[in-house]
Parts: sequence; structure tokens; C-alpha cells
Amino acid sequence: MKALEYRDVAFSYGEESAFRMEHLNFSVEEGEFLAVLGHNGSGKSTLARLANGLLTPDGGEISVFGTPLTEKNLFEIRKQVGVVFQNPDSQAVASIVEDDVAFGAENVGLAREEIGKRIDFALRAVGMEEYRTATISRLSGGQKQRVAIAGVLALKPKLMILDESTAMLDPRGRREIVEVVKRLNEEEGITVLLITHFMEEALLCSRAVVMNRGEIVMQDTPEGIFKRGEELITYNLALPRIGEICKKLRAGGMDVRDALDVNTLAEEICKCVS
Amino acid sequence: MRIVAEHLSCIYNAKSPFAVKALDDVSLTVEEGEFFGIIGHTGSGKSTFVQHLNGLLRLPSSLKRGKKKDDTVLTVGEFDLTSKKTDFRALRKRVGMVFQYPENQLFAETVFDDVAFGYKNFAEKKPEQGELETAVREAIEVVGLDYGAVKDASPFDLSGGQKRRVAIAGVIVTKPEILVLDEPAAGLDPLGKREVMSLLHKLRESWCKTVVVVSHDMDEIAENCTRVAVFTEGKVKYVLPPAELFKRTEELTELGLDVPLTAKLVLALKKRGVTIDCDYTQEDFIRKVLARRGEKC
Repeated sequence: MKALEYRDVAFSYGEESAFRMEHLNFSVEEGEFLAVLGHNGSGKSTLARLANGLLTPDGGEISVFGTPLTEKNLFEIRKQVGVVFQNPDSQAVASIVEDDVAFGAENVGLAREEIGKRIDFALRAVGMEEYRTATISRLSGGQKQRVAIAGVLALKPKLMILDESTAMLDPRGRREIVEVVKRLNEEEGITVLLITHFMEEALLCSRAVVMNRGEIVMQDTPEGIFKRGEELITYNLALPRIGEICKKLRAGGMDVRDALDVNTLAEEICKCVS
Repeated sequence: MRIVAEHLSCIYNAKSPFAVKALDDVSLTVEEGEFFGIIGHTGSGKSTFVQHLNGLLRLPSSLKRGKKKDDTVLTVGEFDLTSKKTDFRALRKRVGMVFQYPENQLFAETVFDDVAFGYKNFAEKKPEQGELETAVREAIEVVGLDYGAVKDASPFDLSGGQKRRVAIAGVIVTKPEILVLDEPAAGLDPLGKREVMSLLHKLRESWCKTVVVVSHDMDEIAENCTRVAVFTEGKVKYVLPPAELFKRTEELTELGLDVPLTAKLVLALKKRGVTIDCDYTQEDFIRKVLARRGEKC
């Protein structure tokens, strides 16, 4: 089953904008943990916002779990597709953690008892049950983002989209979020689309795609993508630092194979040094 | 201008149940001409410290009333920030501050107006059109944008990286001697990050004398900084050049901080019996590794 499918989708932000999406064709399988890479302005966020009807395509069709997205079923689809955005300070709607997590569930009209259960589940899933009655403004960035994820989880979505949700966090906060999402994918079977600029995050995914000018230009395993360094550069993406080091060592006459993690590269270097 | 802080403390929400000691007896000197890095995880006091440098956060007035003897020192060049008489306007003209996500502060209808705002604001009298244009043009060009192409554009129509450049131009247009930036590369794509860092180098060479940068990106810190201060729980744990600091990979990891890729590689190689003594810049690491190349390769 395809969790999300774009068929020949076209979109633009109006005449004056330089951005054009003309033929987006791409699908995500149910249960996948997919990384979406691309430079700023390549269309990653547009792709995310089209998936739950925050933006309406100018042409083509978007299907969510086999159902074509229309104006009529928009609210049904949104229950299935949760989006977590970048800024931890602009997503909370309440001042207390449990009220914020309950907001979406209340909005779709769930029974009070059911909402209580959903809050328990969602806060436990993101490891924030101790903070149930905490004031959101006093939490760290990583904790705020976990509350945002819990708010989405309370609706029991089948697909979650994280649109650079770790970009504003420090390394510790980033790890917290990625661990939570990875676990949700493995244990709850939630399909995840992770939009990110960080190679370490993309490497945790089962598949990765690269966007450029509103289209998918590369699809591969994350390792496969990062090894195609020259191609990444043509899409305005930098070669990961570790790839850069491999390349420069080779240019200096040291025969090291491409590596994406520290230990593999260390092994490669050891083979070549006296 | 030299920055000298001695025994600097700062408590938020003092005398309330929410009191937090954000800075605890911080002593630190930044010399003129440095590219000074400040690292530490969220809540360690980095931003609180830099906000003192242009008087956005002021020292509590109790210091001056002489209730008890106080040995706090905070000077930026000739400005004594513990004094009541400090001319903060003059100080702020010379200490430019770029906040996190500065593009959120863009507001004017055109790029020109946005960049000109700071210049007009700090001018002694209303600047002549020619003078204003020259200043704005120089600032826009130095951040790497095409003046003719962007000056009449709305800053909101630019790309993320371009917006950030415009925001930086709006700060440096007054030619501050010290430029302080809080996470200047956060949220940009990898290429955008490197472009911003090389812009800061260019600025330090040709525009501002001193650059102070708060960052989580250890690779950028290792590549660029002359010295680095490590903040933890409001205190300064180390002030060292990157070449010395990142020898302490294990201690930094214990503090919950990351280290640059080169330091991780040095550690992994050491565990395998290969010692590489480098300054943790990529260039030096590669040179030192290549120097160890054996006969076989």
C-alpha cells in the first residue's frame, strides 16, 4: 500500500515567485522511514504542505493511503497525516503540556475519556509523561518539539511529516527527536517522512530522496545518495564532511574507499599508514 | 576594542520562585582581532553572555548602589558597562549584534530600506542621500549580494540564505568594530552554512575587527575560531584555541557537547594505534594523515 503518492503534481506560489513545481511524481510506501534532502528552496516544504492540504496543487493528484485528496475529505485526511514544523516556539496553542496535546484530539470531537487515553499514550510515546502539567514556555527546545509530536500523535496518524523539526535544536535536542521518531516508526508502524539537512539523521532512514527545483532528482539508500558526491554538488548540496575528507585523502594519493562513518574511515586510513 | 568580563553573574527572575542563575562568576577576555567562538548546550548561558556585550542585558543596579563590595568588571573597549554613565547608543553602534534567525527581523518594503534603517538610526544627523546610498551599497555588496538586483526587491521574496545576508548587512552597515552573532548558520542548508562562515571571515578581514560567534556546529568552530569558550551551567569551563580544546574530546562528550569530525577521527585512529597530532582543521588533519602514508599505498 502506498502511504502517499504524488502523480504529476504541479504547484506555484504565483506568477512572481521563481519557484515552480511542474511534474512531481513520487510515492512513499506504508511503514517507510524516508529522508527528504534538498537545498533551501528546492521544494521540500512545499511537498510536505501539499500532503495534508495546507497547499492545494495547481494540477495532478495526491493520494493518501489510496484515497485521492480533495477539498471534501481534507479533514479526514488530516487526521491521518500529522506535520511537525521547524520552530518549537510557534507550534504550541496552549500553555500547559496536556492541554496542548489534547488540542487536536478535541478539535476532531473525540470523547473526553478517549482524549485522556490519547494524551497518556502520546506523552508516553515521546517520553514526556512527567511533564504532563508543565508550562510549555519553560521547556527546552527539544522538549517543546516532543510536545508538538505528541499533539500530532494524539490523533493517531498513519503518516508523520517532520519538516526540519530538528533545525532549531541543539545536538542533544536533535537526538531526542530522531530517537522518538525512529521508535514510532518501528513500534507503532507509523510511516515517516523526515525532511532534514543533517546527514546523520538521513542515515537512519530506510530510503532517501533529493529534491531540486520542485522535482525528485535522486532516490537511493541514504548511503547510496551520500556516495554520489559529485551529483549532490550539482543540486547545490554540499558533500558531507566525511566524504570531503575521503576525497581529499585520495587526491593526496591515499587509497581510501568512501566511508560515511568515523570507524569505517579510521579502518581505511589504518590500512594505508605505517 | 577588547572585551573584558570578570566575575560576571546574571540571575533571571531574581527573588521569585523561578530564579535561574544564567551566568555564574564568568571571567573572559576577547582580544581585538579574534574570531572568538562560544559553545555550550542550550541553557548554558551563551546567549545571556553575548547579550551583555552591547548592553541589551544590563548589570543589576544593586551593583552600583554599593550595598556590598562588588568586583564585577565588564568593559568593551573604553566603555565601562558597570557604570551608570555608559553611552549605550554609542556602544551599540560599535558592537553589532546579529540574533538567531535574524531574517525574522526584516521588516521594510525593500532591501535598501531594511539595510538603511540601522544606518539612519545611528547617524548623528539625517544622512545625505548619497552618503546613505554608499553605505548601504557597500554593506549589501560585502555580504555577497548584487546591489542592483536586490536593492528594490522585497526582502521577503528572497531565498532563506539571501534573507540572512540582508539581515547581516542591516547590522554591519554602521561598521561596528565588534560583530556578535548568535547561531548565524542555524537552519541553513549545508552549502548555505559554509557560505555564511566564509562571509564572517571576509568581514573580519575587511570590515569588523573582531567576530564573536555562538555556535553548535563544532566543525565550523574548529575551522574558523582563534579561541573558544565552553559554557556549562552558567560558568566558563574552558577558554582555549580549538587545537587545544578538542584534545579533550572525552570531557566535552561528558558535558553533552559534540566535537568536530576531525576530533572523532583522531580518537578512532588513536584507538587503533595511530596517533595524529593536528589542530583539528580539515586541512591540517589531511596533511598529517598523508604524511603518515606507508610504502604500500
